[in-house]
Amino acid sequence: MSDATPKATGPVAPARNRIGLTRADYDGAKSTLCPGCGHNAITAAIIQAAYETGLKPSEVAKLSGIGCSSKTPAYFLGESHGFNAVHGRMPSIATGVRVANHKLMLIGVSGDGDTASIGLGQFCHLVRRNVPVVYIIENNGVYGLTKGQFSATADVGSTTKGGSINDLMPIDCCALAIELGCGFVARSFSGDQKQLRPLLKAAFAHRGTAVLDVISPCVTFADHEGSSKSYAYVKEHDAPLHDIEYVPYYEDITVDYEPGTTREVEMPDGSHLFLKKLAEDYDPTSRERALSVLHASRAEQKLLTGLLYAQPSLKPFEDELNLVDEALATLPQETVRPPKSVLEAVMEQLKTGKGMTAGAGGG
Amino acid sequence: MPWRRRETVPGLHLKDSVEPITNDFSITVATVNGSGSQTANVVLLRALFQMGIPVSGKNLFPSNIAGLPTWFTIRLNKDGYIARRAETDILVVMNPETAAEDVASVQPGGIIVLNETIKVPPIPDDRTVYRVPVAKLMEPITTDVKLRRLVGNMIYVGVLAELLGVAEDEIEKALDAQLGRKPKALALNHAAVRAGWEHAHANFTQRPPFRAARMNATQGKILIDGNAAGALGALFGGVTVVTWYPITPSTSLVESLIGYLERFRRDPATGKATFAVVQAEDEIAAIGMVLGAGWAGARSMTSTSGPGISLMSEFTGYGYYAEIPAVIWDIQRVGPSTGLPTRTSQADLLSAHLSSHGDTKHPVLLPSSARDCYEFGTQAFDLAEQLQTPVFVLSDLDLGMNTWMSDPFPYPSEPMQRGKVLTDRELATLPKFERYRDIDGDGVPFRTLPGTTDPKGVYFTRGSGHNEAAQYSEKPEDYRGGMDRLAKKYETARGLVPAPVIDGQGHSAGIIAYGSSHWAVVEARDRLREESGVETDYLLLKALPFTDQVRDFVARHERVYVVEQNRDAQMASLLKIEYPEHAARLRPVLHYDGLPLDARSVMGPIAAGEGAKATARVPEVARR
Repeated sequence: MSDATPKATGPVAPARNRIGLTRADYDGAKSTLCPGCGHNAITAAIIQAAYETGLKPSEVAKLSGIGCSSKTPAYFLGESHGFNAVHGRMPSIATGVRVANHKLMLIGVSGDGDTASIGLGQFCHLVRRNVPVVYIIENNGVYGLTKGQFSATADVGSTTKGGSINDLMPIDCCALAIELGCGFVARSFSGDQKQLRPLLKAAFAHRGTAVLDVISPCVTFADHEGSSKSYAYVKEHDAPLHDIEYVPYYEDITVDYEPGTTREVEMPDGSHLFLKKLAEDYDPTSRERALSVLHASRAEQKLLTGLLYAQPSLKPFEDELNLVDEALATLPQETVRPPKSVLEAVMEQLKTGKGMTAGAGGG
Repeated sequence: MPWRRRETVPGLHLKDSVEPITNDFSITVATVNGSGSQTANVVLLRALFQMGIPVSGKNLFPSNIAGLPTWFTIRLNKDGYIARRAETDILVVMNPETAAEDVASVQPGGIIVLNETIKVPPIPDDRTVYRVPVAKLMEPITTDVKLRRLVGNMIYVGVLAELLGVAEDEIEKALDAQLGRKPKALALNHAAVRAGWEHAHANFTQRPPFRAARMNATQGKILIDGNAAGALGALFGGVTVVTWYPITPSTSLVESLIGYLERFRRDPATGKATFAVVQAEDEIAAIGMVLGAGWAGARSMTSTSGPGISLMSEFTGYGYYAEIPAVIWDIQRVGPSTGLPTRTSQADLLSAHLSSHGDTKHPVLLPSSARDCYEFGTQAFDLAEQLQTPVFVLSDLDLGMNTWMSDPFPYPSEPMQRGKVLTDRELATLPKFERYRDIDGDGVPFRTLPGTTDPKGVYFTRGSGHNEAAQYSEKPEDYRGGMDRLAKKYETARGLVPAPVIDGQGHSAGIIAYGSSHWAVVEARDRLREESGVETDYLLLKALPFTDQVRDFVARHERVYVVEQNRDAQMASLLKIEYPEHAARLRPVLHYDGLPLDARSVMGPIAAGEGAKATARVPEVARR
């Protein structure tokens, strides 16, 4: 786990990825978060995953709401346009950006306050519409910027730093996303780069909303004994569903798994996720199973991590809208302003009233 | 079978000896929401329009799907006045529940067409009552009970046609336009009209004092509601992203727009759309999507009403500070929650213009006609992109949902103005790019769109805390510098928004009005001159911020009557803030009962203010 946004410091000639960029090309501004914050490790994982898969920065837009987590898009992919929206409303911005230009890949970063409280409605509707966004929740169960209040993901019995106890049921953003029909739902831990990176890479390849709920301890307000999102607690209770390996579409599959030991998920671009069985076999294509294991794990106080649910073939929002291939944002006037003959035909209709329907009331 | 024409026998009845009032009266149809009267009312309206008579149609309807009282008023006016006429000359009683009140609202000398099964209190002798056995007349036409009720409305169309002299061929043409695609329904409705006509012809020997007569004042004109006009404006303005949350009275704008987009903006070969319409989960999401799309370069808009404006306000301020184009239509209605969602108002002026926390002020377009709705529907996109800011279009229920006569709309003469967007090619020639630097001195910086490949063009968008290079900053000089530049941009807007229209000069009294109030003011000025000898000059505002013509107009007039449909004199307040030296000249004329403005409501206060003998105000029944 790294403490600050890692910088690429190659010795002589830095390594380059498949599109000729160095890891440093994916860096952003210096993090202003607390040293040790889980969010910085997630930032590092995003940078690494973007570098390794060769994302083109100009084809990415970074979006966020408000909160500690929402500051982080400034700390990665400095050569991508960014949008720090208002609290909890990043999903609507993402929806607008995506319909205006469906060629952009969107990375959205949110927090548990931003998503599970003020932005819960927009989160649900983003998922319902299946707007292609890599939606990362940096989840620490606490409001950091306002100094330590509970968020809606805090577990029952958790305490604040000051000792007050949370009695309210937590909102499980993964269970919610699965319930709402999300086609890619994963949970991970900021301290587990080995798991987080392949999940991020698969999410980049997903055409639809990809929800990644990443437990990301707050070193200042929630890293104490009473917190179920402290480093110590998460390490002790982390129960990975599988070991994950990601093989991008442009690489050959060289791993050879023994039959019955591994499940395979193919992403729309031909990339593969290999999920290697650990204690029990886990089928991430079953919604019922995903929901029941999440439910059971809560009772057992286990933090299930890994790919909880995947159905990569769902129709993304822009297919639903049946948009033209070119981005709406850059369509020329001759495409978007109908010719004079159309106006004349409409005017003729309004003269005679032919083909018009009567208005109605409402409330 | 052609309808028989009434042979006029001069002197047969008392009323016939009086010269009838021709093409200058109003008809109110009192009925029940959801009872199918709309088709009947439109047929009547269209037939009169086709006869060349200036008309307007207003639907006074409740917040209800079916069962509550609703009124449709048609005004005919040979001089072209199409504001609401407060007085009822002809009443059609189809709703037992409101019949007593409705009957009481009829002017002396007026007529009442009464569905004979409806009980009404005794009616004074100076009103003529025509009793119509609607149910009995429907019996031979259809056995279907539901159809009898729905099509029964056509009976009063036939009765009125006969009594007023509405041309049969125009009724037929209007019926055909409405129902031509449904031959069965057409035949049924046609039979009902005829039954009404025949009944009136055979039984009503007393002639009413009103006549509809052919004239030539509607040749080439169209009938349209402001919302459909606004939708056409957006269509020809090249809108690509539309987001909305249903809310009366703005819903029909987006629904009209969806209709037009589906017809004219799909690739005929592939069926693919050059537009996206998203029904959002609420108005907050609707404006968020508009801003996201605007940021990415699309021409994006939403349409709402007052409650939506309130919900959108945080994001609207974000759009102001981050400088993102957006078009927001507000079809104004009255009050929050179960207020009067189906009644008209101009009370969102301040909440739209100053929407959001922090120092914000937004350009506002103020359409006063269907044609304005169309033209501003296009122009709002140009302004939003030229100024990189949210632009409001403030319509209202009266303008948006009622039927207005208009000249046909002209095709846009100018290309779309997309504003200062730097392409990769332009970026390549520049040493650097700073998103919020005022290069041209007009307060409007250059922007780039996500997807730009030149890394120089990349920037990070935030709210108020940024410097000229779009970097996070809390430095006092950066915030203040940004605010001052935004103020400069607002000054630039004065030169871009539509100018006011001024009529008359040299008089000491002036009138300022905007939006749907315009039509009542036009009529009020003529009648003030004719009835009270009061002469006025008139400035019709078309936008905020005010242009120099507004200041000059206020300065030139000793008394300036500011006519508006809200309680708190919102426009007058803005004028006072802008021109404190002239504050004493401004005199609010206010109307805020939820009904469309009528000329008398304007004339009374102005005549009083001008020391003229005020024209007696006709007291209105509380409901109407």
